[in-house]
Amino acid sequence: MRHLQSILLTAIAATMLPLAVHAADLKKDLKIAFLPKQINNPYEVIADEGGLAAIKEMGAVGKVVGPSDAGASSQVQYINTLITQRQSAIVIAANDANAVVPYLKKAQAAGIKVVTFDSDTAPEGRQIFVNQANSEGIGRAQVQLLSKLIGPEGGEIAVLSATPNATNQNTWIKWMQEELKKPEYAKLKLVKIAYGNDDDQKSFVETQGLLQAYPNLKGIISPTTVGISAAARYLSTSPKKGQVVITGLGTPNQMREFVKNGTVKAFQLWDPGQLGYLAAYAAANLASGTITGKEGDTFEAGKLGKRTVGKSGEVILGPPTTFDASNIDNFNF
Amino acid sequence: MSTATHKPHLGWEVMLVAVLAAALVLGRSLSADFLTTSNIANLLADFTEIALMALPMTLIIIAADIDLSVASIMGMSSSLMGVLWHMGLPMPAVIVLCLVAGTLAGVFNGVVIVTFALPSLAVTIGTLALFRGVSYLLLGDQAIADFPTALTTFGISNVGDTFIPQPFVIVIVAAIGFTVLLQATAFGRSLYAIGSNQTAARFSGINVSRARLILYVVSGLMSALAGIIYTLRFSSARGDNGEGFELSVVAAVLFGGVSIFGGKGSLPGVLLSLVIIAVLKNALTLSDVSSEVLTIVTGVLLLSSVLVPNLVNRWRDARQQKALAAHA
Repeated sequence: MRHLQSILLTAIAATMLPLAVHAADLKKDLKIAFLPKQINNPYEVIADEGGLAAIKEMGAVGKVVGPSDAGASSQVQYINTLITQRQSAIVIAANDANAVVPYLKKAQAAGIKVVTFDSDTAPEGRQIFVNQANSEGIGRAQVQLLSKLIGPEGGEIAVLSATPNATNQNTWIKWMQEELKKPEYAKLKLVKIAYGNDDDQKSFVETQGLLQAYPNLKGIISPTTVGISAAARYLSTSPKKGQVVITGLGTPNQMREFVKNGTVKAFQLWDPGQLGYLAAYAAANLASGTITGKEGDTFEAGKLGKRTVGKSGEVILGPPTTFDASNIDNFNF
Repeated sequence: MSTATHKPHLGWEVMLVAVLAAALVLGRSLSADFLTTSNIANLLADFTEIALMALPMTLIIIAADIDLSVASIMGMSSSLMGVLWHMGLPMPAVIVLCLVAGTLAGVFNGVVIVTFALPSLAVTIGTLALFRGVSYLLLGDQAIADFPTALTTFGISNVGDTFIPQPFVIVIVAAIGFTVLLQATAFGRSLYAIGSNQTAARFSGINVSRARLILYVVSGLMSALAGIIYTLRFSSARGDNGEGFELSVVAAVLFGGVSIFGGKGSLPGVLLSLVIIAVLKNALTLSDVSSEVLTIVTGVLLLSSVLVPNLVNRWRDARQQKALAAHA
């Protein structure tokens, strides 16, 4: 018993030691506020919880405040309040890239550090933007995953996107096409980019259309959470189930049923909890003066290790997480 | 009759003053920062657009009508502002054209309601969707933000070192104008007559159609003005700007003691109600009360503004009948 206790204590001490060292650089009594696009949005809740976990770890005071609607201006009232409350740092997922900027500038003028995550503002609104992954990484990773799932024989593939002018999706697709140029994907042939307009019904019908128009289709990448779940739903009741691979960006909660019934083998998304976690560390370091947010600044982000600030204040979380039958039950968002 | 209609809202205004005092005390006790200059400025700035639309809405509801399209006209004017600015028009021309567009939207509302004798509720629910649709059509999912710095600075600055945000000066001027219009002109008084009994008002020589048309035109104009100010305050023209504001506007008017059935109400009451709602929202936000609770508080306020006068009237009627019965 005594033996077990001492092992436990050593284990605890061992895990706490590196944290204690990193936390030593951070100021005491930091007050860090998370301001999501909208409270009670399941995705944002996970991100904020990740942030609060980091804040707890570093011994600061954290809270989550925010509007119940995602209008352009509804976050402004909260920014003003946080200024009045003299917070050390604000971590915000902006509803509008510009509407909040004049008010975030006011916050900065009052000495409050500003970190954006998930959804950025114009650069003058913040010191650091914590981005999920760069577009290149997201685009390339999806082709890599699809290729692995289809296997070496390759075949015809299609993309089911959001709207034809969706900025995120178009950038990712551009990087998918770049990745496909590599010799190892010579047997993968992109035959069609379809648009489901981020509408469930339209995405469903487009999937049906793809499978009919291209009977030899081997795989579909849908880099949108609406698209991938509609495509999986269509495939799950289609005779093509098991012959066509569907992957892309989806949330574990939407995709769980399709992973469990074998329609979908694997898909990706960044872990929003880690995104919030990293943003909290970036904010704490800014507020402690250990970094200023300029390119090349480095800081310790708890369990995520050392991170470097990139061009125009961007810190990248890393490649998206792949979810499959083995790990999907560890995630709830 | 006239004294009977005036008595209740005088009482309501007294009650609003008491509620405001309580809200201020609450705010002060919740946070030491509540009465700072910057916080009061934030508090006032927050209801600029709602106030600009609530002023004409007060007159409309007193005349027993409603205009639910105000926030959509506001959004349309915001979108139009972005589009015209990107077409390279000078800012004064952009502003004038936006105001004209809002006025025309009001004319459209008024003409449809008055000419076809249709219920304003139904017509303006229709134009709520219609004008919002136009607003999205103009800008799509784009946001235009590159407005001249001089104007966006106007949107977020205070008058000198005071706690009055610059855009709020427009609210003050408009509030005085509307109060004079409603309380001190024949036109204003005629609205009470129209709201109490439209047919009787018509027979007593009031040009009911003209008065109602004017109200919708003015409402359109003020909504467009609200859209312009909103766009400058947030330096962002978007199709969804102001979505849902119509309900906050109607809520503020009703809580201000204006009867939804028309014929009763005053502007000072509505102005008090706007300030109370802003003070409560600010004070509760400052003490980290969640936005769901805030929504509930606003709901309770609105419900009480409809319920309390009703209960008071019932109680009064019951007492009168008892008194009559005692006499008989």
